[in-house]
Amino acid sequence: MEAAPSIETVVQFGDGDSIREVPAPRLAVWLFLTSEIMVFGGLISCFILLRIAHGGWDAEAAHVHWRIGAFNTLVLLTSSLTMALACTSAKEGKEGMARRLRTYLGFTILLGLTFLGVKACEYSLEFAKGLTPGAGLFWAFYYTLTGLHSLHVLAGIILNSTLWIAAARADLVPVVQRRIEYAGLYWHFVDVVWIFLFPLVYLT
Amino acid sequence: MSQAAAQRKALQVAHLEELSFIRKYIFSTDHKTIAKQYLGISLFMAIVGGFTAYAIRWQLAWPSARIPGVGTITPDAYNTLVTMHGTIMVFFVAMPFLLGVFGNFCIPLMIGAGDMAFPRLNMLSVWTFLVGSLILLASFFVPGGAAAAGWTGYAPLSARPDLTPAVLGQDMWIVALALEFSSFLMGGVNFITTALNMRAPGMGLWRVPLLVWYEATASVLFLLSVGPLIGGAVMLLLDRLVGAGFFLPAKGGDPLLWEHLFWFFGHPEVYVVALPGFGIMLEILPVFSRKPIFAYRALVYCALTATGLSLIVWAHHMFISGMDPRLATPFTVTTILISVPFAVIVFAMIATLWGGSIRFDTPMLFALGGLTSFLLGGVTGIFLGSAATDIYLHGTYFVVAHFHYTLFPVTFFAGFAGLYYWYPKMFGRLMNETWGKVHFWLTMLAFQGVFMPLFFSGIAGTPRRVFAPNEYPLFKAIQPLQVHATIATVTLLLVQIPFVVNFFWSLRRGKRAEANPWLANTLEWCVPSPPPHANFAHTPRVRRWPYEYSVPGARLDWSPQTESGDTMLPAAGGQ
Amino acid sequence: MHWLPSDVSTFGPSVDHVFRLILYIVGVWFIAAEGAIILFAFRFRRRPGHAAVHVAGENMRQLAWILVPALVVVFLDFGIDIAAGHAWEEIKLESPKPALNVSVTAERFAWIFDYPGPDGKYGTPDDYWSMAKLYVPVNQVVRVDMRSMDVIHSFAVPNLRLRQDVVPGRTISAWFEATKPGTYEIECTELCGSEHYRMQASLVVLSDSEYARWQHEHWSSIASKPSSSASAGVKQ
Repeated sequence: MEAAPSIETVVQFGDGDSIREVPAPRLAVWLFLTSEIMVFGGLISCFILLRIAHGGWDAEAAHVHWRIGAFNTLVLLTSSLTMALACTSAKEGKEGMARRLRTYLGFTILLGLTFLGVKACEYSLEFAKGLTPGAGLFWAFYYTLTGLHSLHVLAGIILNSTLWIAAARADLVPVVQRRIEYAGLYWHFVDVVWIFLFPLVYLT
Repeated sequence: MSQAAAQRKALQVAHLEELSFIRKYIFSTDHKTIAKQYLGISLFMAIVGGFTAYAIRWQLAWPSARIPGVGTITPDAYNTLVTMHGTIMVFFVAMPFLLGVFGNFCIPLMIGAGDMAFPRLNMLSVWTFLVGSLILLASFFVPGGAAAAGWTGYAPLSARPDLTPAVLGQDMWIVALALEFSSFLMGGVNFITTALNMRAPGMGLWRVPLLVWYEATASVLFLLSVGPLIGGAVMLLLDRLVGAGFFLPAKGGDPLLWEHLFWFFGHPEVYVVALPGFGIMLEILPVFSRKPIFAYRALVYCALTATGLSLIVWAHHMFISGMDPRLATPFTVTTILISVPFAVIVFAMIATLWGGSIRFDTPMLFALGGLTSFLLGGVTGIFLGSAATDIYLHGTYFVVAHFHYTLFPVTFFAGFAGLYYWYPKMFGRLMNETWGKVHFWLTMLAFQGVFMPLFFSGIAGTPRRVFAPNEYPLFKAIQPLQVHATIATVTLLLVQIPFVVNFFWSLRRGKRAEANPWLANTLEWCVPSPPPHANFAHTPRVRRWPYEYSVPGARLDWSPQTESGDTMLPAAGGQ
Repeated sequence: MHWLPSDVSTFGPSVDHVFRLILYIVGVWFIAAEGAIILFAFRFRRRPGHAAVHVAGENMRQLAWILVPALVVVFLDFGIDIAAGHAWEEIKLESPKPALNVSVTAERFAWIFDYPGPDGKYGTPDDYWSMAKLYVPVNQVVRVDMRSMDVIHSFAVPNLRLRQDVVPGRTISAWFEATKPGTYEIECTELCGSEHYRMQASLVVLSDSEYARWQHEHWSSIASKPSSSASAGVKQ
């Protein structure tokens, strides 16, 4: 008398046609990330192709604030570390897990906010110099790539914040414990995109 | 609370009390209700799209005459109509009708699940789609009118606000499309996850009905192909708003970049639409032939192959675009290769008919009408896929006729087939069969009347998207073709009235449907019509393949998937 | 194929040949497939005493019925595209030495044709330009170098079986050789805005003597005289 298969169930597939058991939310996040890879991949490919076609845009690229970019890279990498720590503590589930999880997650959120704050300052510096999205193709790409990325960072911060708030309630901790893996996947993805963006935009 | 607990609670709530009207019909997470919401929106958008077709065709037949119900239109208005017709039909009719309706309704039921893997995400997807539709409709009414750069939105025409009147309208077009893309990305994630993870015990991959396979692979294809165009849409919006210059040569950009981004998605998109349409036909043909579907595994491989190949054929839309002409060769090769899976699908459908005991109920008529019409669309594609003849035929009415002979059968013939077929399950009533047949025959004949003349118009060289074809001396003499097509169009639109009446009348006054009016095998026919909120009272145990029809020696000519072989043998002592 | 307009191009027959080849091949398949559907629908309609057969295409013998035709389709497809490849190469990949160069400018919503004049160079006083009328000699290779000043247009001459998109930001060339004097239609076949349907021009193919006379009237070694037709002009 089982109820119909529910969402959190990992269903065993019968008759030898089994594939590896993947929980539905994890599968869903990976599918979503695949489409995101196509979005950023498409944009980055366009950037690379047009950059080559236009002889490298060295003069324009000289105006990027690579030190700010490097600082932000450190910030984001560290936030990935704290996120990973949050996920590990959730998986281990040891004594005091909820407090540890909230601490690490809290740092991740703060670092994310730092990233965005620094980015905002960087944009205003550039605007003041007249380096707007309409200032030429290099800057158009710069704003599109980093802007879209920042929106994804913002979404990740919001997602993490909902988990952080929920983890304050004892009855919701098991839910957070289950879901933080998916938030972690997303956050690492956002970091990986930056790992590609930073050298392409700032260092070349 | 956890999702599982939430679902159990929902089940209890549904049992104990009626959900409020809002929870049940407006903000519903039930996949069956969401499917009906997609149905409502897509059928409404089809009326809008049909109306644009009417105006376009009237203008083409009698240029600059007063269009009844519209008045005279300007060339700018004509370009808007043409643009919005394509945009609405592809993105706001075909997608929701084939994926939103049948994917949502059928996938959980056919695999023995209580709902989709993510019911709330599902609700978000249909609401996102609704918002996108409303924005698109609103764009008709803003100053400057709706987008006017073609459904393909080529730059720089689409990238500079000074080149068409639709200054705001084109921006809204981009936003509406972005929302539509998000909606189907969410839906796609749901479809794939559900199909993989929520199959009932015993439903191994090789027992999954073809519609589920085809909806899921279409979703995968959409997921893989739409990304670059989302990037492109952002770039187009920035070009329009701040003069970014991605597609503007004056700023160092390249209009061909937009074409690549668009068609990299645009070609897979037609398969995203075609695959579910075929899936519907592949479900209906065996049921009404009382025979297994022919070459089930090959058909699965065809869907997978078509998905992969469709990502590398796109530039056959760009042979004469100004891209390096040497690229014509590789893209011609891949285009030839992709004809293989579709040839196999068509041949398998024909082979399914062979040796059958065919009943020509309305769903079957539409499926066969779709198959026969699609065949013409498919073979005319060969002319366009061959770069040399494409030089001549590109941008002519031949192309218009070709894609209507593929998209219309797949959207409307297959879609109507599915609607007539699953209507009893959706609404608990039977549609009137006689009027269904009337609807089919009139639609079939009128459809041929609209688009057959356009092949000839195209062979004669008539360009598409032109406000007045009789302004060209070369095509004055064949203007009667345009008139014929228009008369057929008006007919085609009018003969949908019996369908609309039948649909709504049967909702209240149709004969009550039992669980399995078609005597079909798939799991949805094991539950009441319409199914309860949780679909299955107990998780079904799947014991057989979906297409066991006319098994030799069996008592009945059909075998539900839940029944094991023994129960289908003649009762002891003979029948 | 009387629906095709008259062909006055040296490569026109190549295109028409491929068109006819495709027509015959797909025509046969189309009739066979539709015929099978209609035949099967009739022959295997439900009749008392005739049950359906349980044939599911499970083994190779049965699958061959659809796989072999599919392979034949692909084989024929390749054949078509090899034939088409020759035509494509001739039209789009080769560039025979032209007897005449014309610079074509597409600008919403007109076609403007610039001739370099006797010195063969653009931008010199002996240039000649014409709006909406492209004068060319018969039986000589003409090369058109095309630019757009604004959006994507498409230069199409049905009687030449020629079409080429014209994209802003680049110069794209095409060539043709007209085989019969006369006036033929040039159209824009890429949506370019309100007056897209009016963006027409004429290809005027002149016989040798007519062309010589036209050149004498309109080309000279000093600034061109304005022609009597309103559509020609003097380049500064």
